[in-house]
Amino acid sequence: MLKELLKRELLIAWRRPGEALTPVAFFLVTSMLFPLGLSPSAHLLRPLAPGIIWIVAFLAGMLGLQRLFRADYDDGTLEQLLLSPRPLTLIILVKAVGHWLVTGLPVVIGGGVVAAMLFVPPRYIVTVVAGLLLGTPVLTMLGTMVAALTVSLRQAAVLGPVLILPLVTPVLIFGAHSTTLAMQGQSPAQAFEALAAMFILSVSLLPAAAAVALRISHEG
Amino acid sequence: MFTWLHKLGSPPVLYRFAERAAPWCKWTAFALLAAGLVGGLILAPPDYQQGDGFRIIYIHVPSAIMSLFVFAYMAVASAVGLIWRLRMAHAVTAAAAPLGAAFTLLALITGSLWGKPMWGTFWVWDARLTSELILFFIYLGYMAVANAFPDQRTGDRAGAILALVGAIDVPIVHYSVQWWTTLHQGATLKLSGSNMPGSMLWPLLVMMVAFMFYFGWLLMIRLRAEILRREKRASWVMRLAAD
Repeated sequence: MLKELLKRELLIAWRRPGEALTPVAFFLVTSMLFPLGLSPSAHLLRPLAPGIIWIVAFLAGMLGLQRLFRADYDDGTLEQLLLSPRPLTLIILVKAVGHWLVTGLPVVIGGGVVAAMLFVPPRYIVTVVAGLLLGTPVLTMLGTMVAALTVSLRQAAVLGPVLILPLVTPVLIFGAHSTTLAMQGQSPAQAFEALAAMFILSVSLLPAAAAVALRISHEG
Repeated sequence: MFTWLHKLGSPPVLYRFAERAAPWCKWTAFALLAAGLVGGLILAPPDYQQGDGFRIIYIHVPSAIMSLFVFAYMAVASAVGLIWRLRMAHAVTAAAAPLGAAFTLLALITGSLWGKPMWGTFWVWDARLTSELILFFIYLGYMAVANAFPDQRTGDRAGAILALVGAIDVPIVHYSVQWWTTLHQGATLKLSGSNMPGSMLWPLLVMMVAFMFYFGWLLMIRLRAEILRREKRASWVMRLAAD
């Protein structure tokens, strides 16, 4: 059943590509604004690039979160999922994985492209992509928890970023600085270890919290 | 002990407990505040580097500690409320949140007032200032969620989840911000914490306890209002209002 659920999530995204691709489009368009607004010069943009990429990736991650449960909530699928004999925690984890594959992974790949366009030296682009690969799932997991919490609320879209962004500041710090450190010739290992720790922590704990949150907000 | 705790879960019992506990907290807080302020502002010698400017520490440090303490307190109350389904535990959390946010704001304001003469600027991206600021936003987020639901119980429990996630996150934020600032710059200013002389230290400790009781006093007042608001249709509140 979990495999079918993942397939369903991906299929829904495939049928409505416009909706699924909005975050990555936002990511690319907004990244383009920085050279226009700041300066096109390489020596200004290069040190700022990691921070720009991570901040814009976070903002892009805020966009699709309502997608996660809202449609299922409106058409009653969510109730079926809540009634399912499968543990809700696993169901939510599968939905989050599907959501990340559709909205997170394109941003990770786009991050590599934007890094090159913002003059990050080619050999550090791997660092950017690897960092995003570890960091964006944390954002997705926190977003899933908050989306579960606010699924029945009308003002969820406004409330979401206010709740999520303060909580994910550690990911931003370690994520952006992993690349900065590498570009300064230092070892980014420490930052990557911290990112990996937060990845494990969020993937193991937050689906359970999201399951409780979903039951609470659905009851109300 | 447990039966007593159990009884506190009942709104009228908790209401009367808060009513009786408030004056005790109040007078203890005022007595300790008086002692701490006299000790800190008059008896303690001026700092050899900062002169009299260091005395803001007697407000700043206790508020900063309270900002963290209140959050931990809210997390414990939230866990109790979720696990044992105690509605009054959620009332305690809801009553404590604005107080915690206010302590955080106080710590931020006194910190920047202290920063101006000592560091030459109102704001630096120092580890403690930054993590206090993030904590303040987390408080705001909690209050936004807890009040967003039309149904009180849903809002309570949604807020409780957020308080628990936040309680795990706040230490992570704290240490990551610390890592980040050591990456950028050396610690801008280190308080001579351990070798602080006794004449400066004891007023600080007294002020910390005083702030704790001050929080207790305000909490009891807010808790009573919160209980009345939640139980406005209960017969015991009707009788109370009729008196």
